[in-house]
Amino acid sequence: MPVKTARKYVSTVNACKLCTPMGACLALRGIEGAMPLLHGSQGCSTYMRRYIISHFNEPIDIASSSLGEKNAIYGGAENLKKGISNVITKYRPKLLGIATTCLTETIGDNVPMILKEYQKETGGEETKGREHPFIISVSTPSYAGTHMDGFHRTVRVAVEALAEEGEKSGRINLLPGFVSPADLRHLKEIMREFGLEYTLLPDISESLDAPILEDYCKIPKGGTPILDIREMGRAQASIEFGRTLNSLAPITAAEYLKIRFDVERYSLGLPIGIHETDRFFSVLEHLSGCSSPACYQMERGRLIDAYVDSHKYLFGKRAIIYGEEDLVVGLTSFLAETGIVPVLCASGGTSGRFEESIRAIGAGNLSVPPLVREGVDFYQIAEEAISLEPDILIGHSKGYPLARKLNIPLIRVGFPIHDRIGGQRILHLGYQGAQRLLDQIVNTVIEKKQSDSSVGYTYM
Amino acid sequence: MEQILAERRDQVYYKGEEPFRMKCDRESLAGAVSQRACVFCGSRVVLYPIVDALHLVHGPVGCAVYTWDIRGALSSSGQLHRLSFSTDLQERDVIFGGEEKLAGALTELIDRYHPKAAFVYSTCIVGIIGDDLDAVCKRISQDAGIPVIPVKSEGFKGGKRDGYMAACAALRRLVGTGDPAGISPYSLNIMGDFNLAGEIWIIREYFEKMGIQVVANITGDGRVDDICRAHGAALNVVQCSGSTIYLAQDMEKEYGIPYLRVSYLGVEDMTESLYAVARFFRDPGIMERTKKLVHDELAILYPQLQQYRKALQGKKAAIYVGGAFKAFSLVKAFRMLDMEVVLVGSQTGKREDYLELKEITSDGTVIVDDSNPLELASFLQEKEVDVFVGGVKERPIAYKLGIPFCDHNHERKEALEGFVGMLNFTREIYSSVMSPVWQFVPGRKRVKS
Repeated sequence: MPVKTARKYVSTVNACKLCTPMGACLALRGIEGAMPLLHGSQGCSTYMRRYIISHFNEPIDIASSSLGEKNAIYGGAENLKKGISNVITKYRPKLLGIATTCLTETIGDNVPMILKEYQKETGGEETKGREHPFIISVSTPSYAGTHMDGFHRTVRVAVEALAEEGEKSGRINLLPGFVSPADLRHLKEIMREFGLEYTLLPDISESLDAPILEDYCKIPKGGTPILDIREMGRAQASIEFGRTLNSLAPITAAEYLKIRFDVERYSLGLPIGIHETDRFFSVLEHLSGCSSPACYQMERGRLIDAYVDSHKYLFGKRAIIYGEEDLVVGLTSFLAETGIVPVLCASGGTSGRFEESIRAIGAGNLSVPPLVREGVDFYQIAEEAISLEPDILIGHSKGYPLARKLNIPLIRVGFPIHDRIGGQRILHLGYQGAQRLLDQIVNTVIEKKQSDSSVGYTYM
Repeated sequence: MEQILAERRDQVYYKGEEPFRMKCDRESLAGAVSQRACVFCGSRVVLYPIVDALHLVHGPVGCAVYTWDIRGALSSSGQLHRLSFSTDLQERDVIFGGEEKLAGALTELIDRYHPKAAFVYSTCIVGIIGDDLDAVCKRISQDAGIPVIPVKSEGFKGGKRDGYMAACAALRRLVGTGDPAGISPYSLNIMGDFNLAGEIWIIREYFEKMGIQVVANITGDGRVDDICRAHGAALNVVQCSGSTIYLAQDMEKEYGIPYLRVSYLGVEDMTESLYAVARFFRDPGIMERTKKLVHDELAILYPQLQQYRKALQGKKAAIYVGGAFKAFSLVKAFRMLDMEVVLVGSQTGKREDYLELKEITSDGTVIVDDSNPLELASFLQEKEVDVFVGGVKERPIAYKLGIPFCDHNHERKEALEGFVGMLNFTREIYSSVMSPVWQFVPGRKRVKS
């Protein structure tokens, strides 16, 4: 019998999470004309840029208040103000998002107060003749939570700062969490097909997967328009993805909208696989008053057809799934539908809701429930993996050393994908995403068997 | 120029302007989106390739996770350096101190991996919460019986160069602790090479062919035991802008070991470096073998270069790299390909480095210190650059402008050093410049305001 919890260690080896301000930067990239500024030492922004670039292959400029030793002692206010001015001068952002780091949280810089001082001192002077940018700030100490906490907190802060009251519209707020540009494009298409007006926040579909344009853009195009964020307080409903939300943030963006503006909140898991996507579509049917567009009924039908075609190759295959908690929950739901046995669901996150979420998605199809490990690193995952005899790993690039060690295939999903091209174009969501994942997984299993076989057969 | 902030104007120089001015070697300007990293980064990249040491990052998880397997520094045996170790400090550690956690993590990891030494990197908040790294390291060192060395690399305490100094200070504690018996009088330490894509193996082979013993690789494919006896070598050869120069200077002072500054990039610098080493030893046999080595290598290389050279002739190149020494070599390498360098910059150059760049470039060339994406984008367009050489953060700027790019980054998989490296470098330039994909890219246009 496997032990109830993973072995505990003092050290962390090959973490399965990223730090909090990273999430803030990613979320801010999904607001139109926004520029992230990290209040901390120069290295944070450079490291994160490098990390993000290696996945998206897109420019991502993250400013820094570039604190030095003196600032660490006497406070970083002056540098932060100077940084804001310089970013405004050079980038002319519509919105400037300040995220803190472990350094500035520890020295106790009060960013909201510094911002007030800044506004008072400059009186808009810095932006004379230009549109005054909104400045928002989010507290993201790297010693508390993961990048996902930073991400969701930033979304909430943007909503709190911008959403307005007013007469209710028929709009829908869609809060997808951290998913790929391809996922976001697909979600937008679904909303359009349903004929729904929506605000998708954040939206990195263009800003982090941009075409090469005639002009070099200082701030990439795309992202959720600020006017659309304003509308969120007047929407009829919010749909928020993420079953494990609610950990560090006191409340989520959609909860805030519910409390402050009485916008109905629908909390769903990431729509991966048939069950979770059905739940999403049924909410859309309810909100639009229309049945699912024919194209999605067809997609769903083809997906079921593909499940059937693939089932024998997948039944009983043992999978380890790791990464961000909500992504793992969604993938587990999907894999269980196909006959694959998720044997270990692991994450560096510690929402406290990981295990219950895995149970809730009805990994009920499963005769043996998977081990669920939160707050683990790759050392712990590897330690459990060996006795679990997995056939396949599913997660981001950083699981590659483990896949190599176990000599099993890695299906790359989520973030980061640092060892392949096109991480931004991986589609996970909807029937279409499940179709793509299914084809990839089943073919990977088939290919492994084929290449391991002594006979070079050409039929399955 | 519009893209340059007023406070940065004196960090940009156009060759030909008089007098020469360059205000470098200063903190990055807040909000300027510098391409630089921090003190920790400087230390981490220098020590990283020591393959049989434990590299524990004391701090919240980010600093360790963003430097996990960050360099393509190859190892001839053992892969310990490629793991990412962190104390993953949490809020409670920040409040109550992280010393206990650090001690626990060190003990646990040393028991598990049996490293030859451990480096403990302090990150920003460790400097603030005041953990006594020296005391913890000393205690664990005594218990475990291996050197446990604190690396004082709090991110905010300066720039990348300060990180180099901290790394050198850490290395300094190893050097001199081993037994130098049996080391040849014709011997040297290779410093400032990190064995990216196996480069140090190429260089080691050259020295060995010349009849010179290599005592320690500092730090590519580095071994703790070798570093401990590095003081037994007759000479230090130092590559890279200063990352290990502080160690070489210390060793000169303390052990009387002279050092030579070298570069293995490009034919000109590679050849001169080998000859400089040969001259140092004043041994006719070594000089003879060096001449033969260079002759043989060039006989292989030159004919292969010709086809590429013809295609690349007259193209305009831009360079933006971490250290200025790399930039010198690249300028010369481009010259050999009959290409013109129109933009060259570095993150950490000093005044004398930029003066040197001024000497070796032609009129109108932009020389820039601590640049940023908007400036670079603007220079690339202004100078109508045909190919850009840089690291990971520069690549998307080039691509979005439709400009071919040569990866001179830490994770590169192609060796660029040595004679064979010149061929790889040329091929890399050629394969980007000659690719048919650029025909589809909309024309190079101005930066949009």
